[in-house]
Amino acid sequence: MADDPALPSRRKALKCMAFGAGTLFTLAGGVFTPIELAAAAVDRKLTAGLGKPLFVQISDTHIGFNKEANPDVDGTLKRTIELVNGMSQQPALIIHTGDITQLSKPTEFDAAQQMFSLLRTTEMHTVPGEHDTADATVTEYFSRFGKASDNKGYYSFDHAGVHFVALINVLQFKAGGLGTLGPDQLSWLAADLKGRSSSTPIVVFAHMPLWTIYQPWGWGTGDADQAMSLLRRFGSVTVLNGHIHQIVQKVEGNMTFHTARSTAFPQPAAGVGPSPGPLKVPAEQLANMLGITSVLVVERPRALALVDTTIA
Amino acid sequence: MNKYRSWFAATAVALLGWSATWDAAAQTADPPRIVVKNFMFQPMSLTVKAGSTVIWTNMDEEPHTVVSSSGQFRSNALDTKDSFSFKFDKPGTYSFVCSIHPQMVGTIIVQ
Repeated sequence: MADDPALPSRRKALKCMAFGAGTLFTLAGGVFTPIELAAAAVDRKLTAGLGKPLFVQISDTHIGFNKEANPDVDGTLKRTIELVNGMSQQPALIIHTGDITQLSKPTEFDAAQQMFSLLRTTEMHTVPGEHDTADATVTEYFSRFGKASDNKGYYSFDHAGVHFVALINVLQFKAGGLGTLGPDQLSWLAADLKGRSSSTPIVVFAHMPLWTIYQPWGWGTGDADQAMSLLRRFGSVTVLNGHIHQIVQKVEGNMTFHTARSTAFPQPAAGVGPSPGPLKVPAEQLANMLGITSVLVVERPRALALVDTTIA
Repeated sequence: MNKYRSWFAATAVALLGWSATWDAAAQTADPPRIVVKNFMFQPMSLTVKAGSTVIWTNMDEEPHTVVSSSGQFRSNALDTKDSFSFKFDKPGTYSFVCSIHPQMVGTIIVQ
């Protein structure tokens, strides 16, 4: 991999990525400090300073998937729910970054909601993935989860002094292109952020990555730069996505970009193999490639910390 | 001479008959098809006569959709071996995309 001195933040992010599973990232002023989880577990002072769990990100549950890469996606979601329910301090919120279902079928949504109801944390905020808007009428997702956004798919809310922005980038696809936010959503975002203090921590979540990870597989959002230019003035911006079923991170100034693991099946790294289809791994390795992202509030200095945990 | 003439006539009748049968078979038994495989519509471009019904079949393990870029047709999510069909009545060029993987594109040319 080329080391580009002009892109120090990218270099740093790639270095962080190399730590892989079981790495805890604390985030202060947009700079990651990777700590090996094993070390963090031994040094209680290290984790004690990390503070309260703010929310847990669950992504790409793909309820209804039944192929070789994971014939039991219900089972792995239930293990995920047990993992969250077993946390010593319960998060205030759950955020689901889309692909709740595999085929947008009513039965799949019903089964997913039934399992989500087992979470001890009851407040869940969602954005749809393209698998959730794949029914011919694009109504199944919105009839269940559309209320928060008045069926638009994008909305915002505040919690614990953090401003949360949910964006939808799985509609209005341009043929051959990446995900799209669209002009209506971008003007709404500009209005939503206007007048907010730059010191407000911002968490943005959407299904598809809000930066281009790999264009040939559509891993990106064509007009995300317009959204990022509205967010750049804030002191702490955390951008959380799903879609690619693996952790990829980027730090750019005060902005941290992070994609979560799936709870259903892994996907190949960008451009490895002929297509982004489900990655088949030996059964005993699967749990190491599935998991969640926890976001903690660090009090001093006030910042957000991201922790990735597998269900293994 | 007579012998040659009757041979020619018989051959012509046989050829006409064969050609008529072949045309009928092409129209009824073998509708135009597009297969979805390895995240690609195959063929990517298909030319059909007005009034033809095109059938798309997903042969991938991953679901795909068939969505008209101008909104004329839209399938549900197609699981492995599921099909979708649409009848093209009017001549024109119809582009379509998989809404799950919009890098997958195709075109139907109706003559």
